[in-house]
Parts: sequence; structure tokens; C-alpha cells
Amino acid sequence: MNYEPVIGMEVHVELNTKSKMFCRCSADYFGKEPNTHVCPVCLGLPGALPVPNKKALEYCMMIGLALGCKISEKSLFERKNYFYPDLPKGYQISQYRWPLCVDGWIEIAGRKIRINRAHQEEDTGKLNHRGNETMIDFNRSGVPLVEIVTEPDFRGVEEVRDYAKKLQQLFRYLGVSNADMEKGDMRLEANVSVRPELVEGLPNYRVELKNINSFRFMVAAIEYEIKRQISELEAGKKLTQETRGWNEQKKETYLQRSKEEAHDYRYFPEPDIPEISLQSSAIRLQQQMPELPWDKLARFQKQYGLTKQQAEILTESRELADFYEETVRDGADIKQAANYIINRKINIEEVLPAQVVISIKGTSMGIISDEESLKKLAKEAIAENPKAVEDFQKGKESVLQALIGTVMRKSSGKADASKVAEILLKYLRNV
Amino acid sequence: MNDLTSLTLTEVIESLKDKKFSLNELNKSYLERIRKLNPKLNAYLAVNDSCQKIPAAIKDVISTKDIITTASSKILANFVPPYDASVIKMLDTQGVGVIGKTNCDEFAMGSSGENSAYGPTKNPWNLNKVPGGSSSGSAAAVAADLCVFALGSDTGGSIRQPASLCGVVGLKPTYGRVSRYGLIAVTSSFDTIGPIIKSVDDAALVLEWISGEDKMDGNCYGKKFVRTPLRWTHNIRIGVPREYFGEGLDPKVKKVIQDAIKKLEELGAEIKEVSLPHSEYALAAYYIINTSEISSNLARFDGIRYGKSRDNFGEEVKRRIMLGTYALSSGYYDEYYVKAAKVRTLIKQDFEKAFEKCDVIVGPVSPTVAWNIGEKINDPLTMYLSDIYTISANLAGIPALSIPCGFVDRLPVGLQVLGKAWDEETILKVGFAYEQVTDWRKDKPKL
Repeated sequence: MNYEPVIGMEVHVELNTKSKMFCRCSADYFGKEPNTHVCPVCLGLPGALPVPNKKALEYCMMIGLALGCKISEKSLFERKNYFYPDLPKGYQISQYRWPLCVDGWIEIAGRKIRINRAHQEEDTGKLNHRGNETMIDFNRSGVPLVEIVTEPDFRGVEEVRDYAKKLQQLFRYLGVSNADMEKGDMRLEANVSVRPELVEGLPNYRVELKNINSFRFMVAAIEYEIKRQISELEAGKKLTQETRGWNEQKKETYLQRSKEEAHDYRYFPEPDIPEISLQSSAIRLQQQMPELPWDKLARFQKQYGLTKQQAEILTESRELADFYEETVRDGADIKQAANYIINRKINIEEVLPAQVVISIKGTSMGIISDEESLKKLAKEAIAENPKAVEDFQKGKESVLQALIGTVMRKSSGKADASKVAEILLKYLRNV
Repeated sequence: MNDLTSLTLTEVIESLKDKKFSLNELNKSYLERIRKLNPKLNAYLAVNDSCQKIPAAIKDVISTKDIITTASSKILANFVPPYDASVIKMLDTQGVGVIGKTNCDEFAMGSSGENSAYGPTKNPWNLNKVPGGSSSGSAAAVAADLCVFALGSDTGGSIRQPASLCGVVGLKPTYGRVSRYGLIAVTSSFDTIGPIIKSVDDAALVLEWISGEDKMDGNCYGKKFVRTPLRWTHNIRIGVPREYFGEGLDPKVKKVIQDAIKKLEELGAEIKEVSLPHSEYALAAYYIINTSEISSNLARFDGIRYGKSRDNFGEEVKRRIMLGTYALSSGYYDEYYVKAAKVRTLIKQDFEKAFEKCDVIVGPVSPTVAWNIGEKINDPLTMYLSDIYTISANLAGIPALSIPCGFVDRLPVGLQVLGKAWDEETILKVGFAYEQVTDWRKDKPKL
């Protein structure tokens, strides 16, 4: 008999807000001295109360909106009660019955994967084991988390891989998280079961793969689990609900908790936080949403006539996409610029778009490098952008690129970009 | 000055202005009196000898920076908070200091003060009687002149009932009027900090000091209460709920309350019978929400921090944690918690309806006067029933006042005045007018 996997994903993403979810402590905890980013609230001291971080709620809504979710009319926090040493209040403030965002979808490999919810919650502290001792670091306690839950719509590991990559790209596009897997910004859990092909409906069990902190291991664990479950079923065994972890040495999953040991989280409405209505901010956020990666991908193909593969590479990050479009605006040929950036693997941290334009156009175009002409163009560019000067002096160095762009346009892409940069810098610093 | 400690807060402020005595003298007198009487009363768990401000007694469930705060529990036996509750900060800016932390039922769970892990507080009027609870020490300290005023907390009557049983004034403000930041949570939906004081005017003053929006408490969005002269309004409509005068109310207490209502009528109030039809379900709903939230709120005392394991919880605390854990369990949640929440809404609506017909509602605070220490301690249900008239105000979130209105067998009786949400002003006006035409508060226990 042939089997097909049925997989649902739960993704936790840590938001990169300045402060924590329910207090004003800095949420930037990675690599910091333990227990230095703490206060009565995130330590759960007796009497302390949580007050929600509005920015985090906005970030959660942006994720929801990008995934086509509805923003709930009524959103409530709830308490998820369980004991663990890294959970100072004895409960996690989360959302269960009334999540902030519901009923969305994302396209993966040409299919719609339904998003059940994207809800807001808080991270826990961190246990550090040293020999026989366990130390608790509460710097991470209360850092905003968003949990995104799909329906069990995945039918293969490749789709899961695509999904995780797409989410990571989305978070970075939206600027809501660094989504760095190694730092634990983004954590994956999979619910895996298998069913005979052509059978409709969900299997009556599912195996949760949890606490697997690397993307590669997660993929390996799912692959292993699919094989394990099929062979169990073929051997006539019954599979039950359980939680399993991943043993990297043995390259196999292992039982962590069976159904009987499952938690009863005793959810109930968090009485310390009033009901939240965010309909109006949802409308505002919807209008301010940046172009989403998949929309940009489609546009690059349509507007610039790039191949799908080219467009995928160029829209991988928002910064690279902007870089490409800047070169085009500065007069580079659409195709040449795409090929140049892709083939030479241009490092956009080190190279300016204008330099790419020049390299493409080559010397044959007659580069303008005489000081006087360039100075004239630079002065004009500065005169046209008085705000840029002000911004530059306030420390916003990105305006330099904008001014170079102006000069390049004025010279139809013929100005020597590095010299222009030098001249502009001189002017900006001496103004 | 001998009777310095019997002055009300407003009198103390006047006297300090007139330089009749200094803050130093004031604190000295109180410390001396505490030293003399506290061994008898057990009202204070900790005394702050270095207080140099207007001395207030603070219930031990309110966090005080660098002053031990135990919630009268062994589990917090050595806990010294690193931060002040918002109310403590607010009082500090008004020149008020903490002279001591007062005894109470463990984690404010109880109606007699006997659930304290540090021994019961005694009623200043009769040392064999309970002072009521859970703000037992705060009420006893005010009644025995061991502080100028006190702060208590009221989750189901814990300010009003001990105030009533000790013959002092107690005010439970509207939920959301006073910040809970720093109040060790019992039932977050009901907990309210309020003053226990020697006069109604003092209640208004302390409420002005401690009320107002606080960014540290998401539920505290109410405006600051502004104290104005408490002038009696003629033709004020006073509702008397028939449900508060039925079975269970001691006939002698009933008589005292009825006399007080007559007095208000003589003052020109219009007395109307009103109905709060869902009152009989209040106790059940209250104890489901109360224990559910307790089971979660006390989870943080998990034996990892604070130095003590969970077997240090007392009987009543354990009982409520278990009841609440059960009520929230999957399969029971809808039957218990969700239903209780619906009853809560009905009780709120009862009051809204009643307040269409009247401006305030009056009735007893407690069905009996103070009872003997030990009398009800082994019968939790009888103990719970002693809160029957006070818990509805917490379910509805409305303000309520307890003022002395007489004695039964030389033990004080309190009159409860309940008001519309955010309308502390009217209940204070009624209380003030009543206080002006009676002498009850001038009666002091002989100690």
C-alpha cells in the first residue's frame, strides 16, 4: 500500500521589538549577561502585572495580514497554566480561544496551505545546565513571540522546507524579526501522521515533533518519522498521539511524552489584561504594508521580464531587491543588471548600485570623471535634496546612496560613481 | 499629648500644619502604643521603627520595597520585595510612610483573620472574638489606634467586613479606580485596594491619593477621584434590597441596620425597596472564579524561587488551589468557569437595574457581629456565608462603603452603602451625612 504524509506546522517567531511583551525591559537578550534584562514583571514577582506591548501586537497583525488572515474583532489574552522552572509565573500569557489573526493561507508549491491562526504570546526564560547544576536566565522571559499554526495541509517534506523558508523571508521583509534559526528567533514544530493514499480525512493520531532547534534536524526528523510510521502501520501496529524528539547521534526520533501524560493547560481569560480591539489599527497597517516577497517576485517577472529563477534570487531579501531596482533606475539595462548581480554574487554591503551601473556600461560609454563636471552635478543633487543633507548630519548615512543615484540619473549613468561618492561626502561633511 | 493617636487623618494633617506636634512625636506615640498593644492584638507582623512620615499600616499582601512582605504565609516567610506597589509610591508623594505591615488571612483568603500563618489577630472590642478578614490586622490597627489609617484589599469583602466587625470605616473602590500593581494577586478580577480609616472624610482623602490611571496596571484606567466637600443631597434615593434581609441575618443586627435606614430617612432620603434577584447565586459564582484565579495566581510559588516549597501553604490556600484547578480542568471549564462568568454578568445587570430606581443601596455588611475565635474555622462553608452581602459588589466591580452604625452585645455593626460604578462620591456623601448625625465612631474599644 502507498501512504501519504499529513503534516501540520507550528512556527514560533520571536519579534525584534525594543521592549518585551508585557514590560519595558529590553527584548534584545541574545548574548547578554544572564538576568540583567529583568524586572518584577518578567520575573513574575508577587504583585507585578503585565501590560501589552502595542508594537508587538502590530507586528503580529502584520504577519497575520501578510498571510491573508482576518484580524479578530475581539482578541483576548489567556493563561496557559503549566509548571516549568523557566516559567516564572507558573503560566504563559498566550492566546487560545481568541487569537489575534485567524483563517489565512499561504501558497506553497502551487498549493494553498491554510493558516489556522497567528497569535501573540510571550517567551519563557532559559535553563542553562552546568554539570549537576541548572541555572535560570530570565533575560528571554517575556520576549514577544508569535505562533503561526497551519492546518494539516502539507503532503511532503519539501513543502515544509519551502514553507519555513518563505516564512523566514516574510518576517525579514516585514522587519518584525531577524528570524535567525541559530539564535532561536524562529522555532519549528511539526505534527506528523500518515494515511493510505486516496483515503480522505485525517488519521486518528498525530505525532508532535518538538524541541528540535535546527531546521536541518527538523527535516530529518520528519523524514524519519514518515518512514517509521509507515513501517509501524505495515506491521499492523496502531499509532497513538505522542510527542517525540530527535536524537542526532542515532538519527532517529524518540518518545518524549505519550497521550496519557499530555498537559491540561487549564486555559482561562487573563484577568490582568483587558479585551483588545485592534480593528482600526489593522486597517491602518493594511495600508502601510510593504510589498510582500511573493508579490515582489511576481512583479519582477512581469515588470522586468526576468525569469522566475532570476526573480527569486533578486527578491530573496528586500535589500537585494531594492539594490537591483536602484541600478535599473540609475540607467542599467534590466537584463544586464540582473545577470551581473546574480552571476558575480554582488555583496550589496560593499558595492554601490551606481558602481554596478558603471561596470555594466563599461568604459565604452565614456565615463565622466573630470572633477569639475562631477562637482557641478553633485551640487545640483544636494540643492535638490535639502532634507538629505539634514538627514545625513543626523547620522542617516543611507541618504548618500540616494544622492549618488540623483547624480547618476543626471549624467545618464555616465558619472564615475566612486568619485561622485567622494565628492558628495566632502560636501555633506563640510556643509 | 495623650490622645494624639485617636485623631483622624484629616485632623492629623491639620494639627501638623498648626505645629501642634511633629511627625517625630506622632510616630513615637504610635510606636509606643504598638509596642504596648500589638502583643495583645497581633495586628502587625512587621513594624518599621524608622517611619518619619504620616504613619499608615499596610496589609501584608501589598508589596513594600525593602520591607518584608509575606502575605501572612510561610511560603513567603523571608520575602523582601525589591519594589513598591504603585499605591505605596503614591502615598509616599503625599508624605505618608509605612509604619508596619499588618496581619491578614494567608494570601487574603478568609473572613476571620484566623488563616494567617502567624497567628490570628484579635478583635480590639473583645479579645476572644475575631476581627473579621481578610484585612484583619489593618482593621484592628485602625480600631485600636495603632496607625493613622490603613490600606487593605477587598476581593469579596475583605475591607468592609473587618471594618464592620471592628467598628471603623472601610471603603472598597470601583474596580479599576486604584492600581493593583504590587498587590499580591488573589483573584485578579475582583481584587481592589482601599482604605480602612477613622472617618468618611478620611476615606475620600485617601481615595484621592491612591486613585487614578496607572500605566503599570492595564485595568486601572479610571480617573483620579477628586475629593469635594461631602454635602448631603436632599431626596437622595436609597434602595433597600429585600434579598439582604432574609434568612441568615441575625435579628439583632437586622434591627440595628433598620434603625440606621430610619435615620437616613429622617435626613430626607427617599427609601425604596429594590431587588437583586440573582443574589442567591453570587456565592457559588464567586467561589468558582475566586478559586480558579487563585489556582493560577499562586502557581508562581513553585518552590524554586522564594526559598520555600508548596507544602508551606496553609489549609485554606491548599483547598482553594485544588478547587480552582478542578474548576478549570478540561471538561469542567464550561460547566463551572464559563457559567460563573455568566452569573457574574447577571449580577452586574441586577445592580444596573436597581440603580435605575435609586442612587445608592444600603444593607448589612455582615450577617452577624464578630464571633468567637475558633468558632467557624473548621466549617469553611459557614465561613464563606459570612461574606454573603459583600461579594456581589466584587462580582459587579462597584464601590461600597462600610460605616459604623451601632452595637450588638458591645460588638460593632457596620452599615454597607453600595454605589454605581465610578460613583464613590455619592456613597461617601451618604456615609458622611450619617456619620455627622451619629456618635458611633467616637466609641473606642477599651484596651
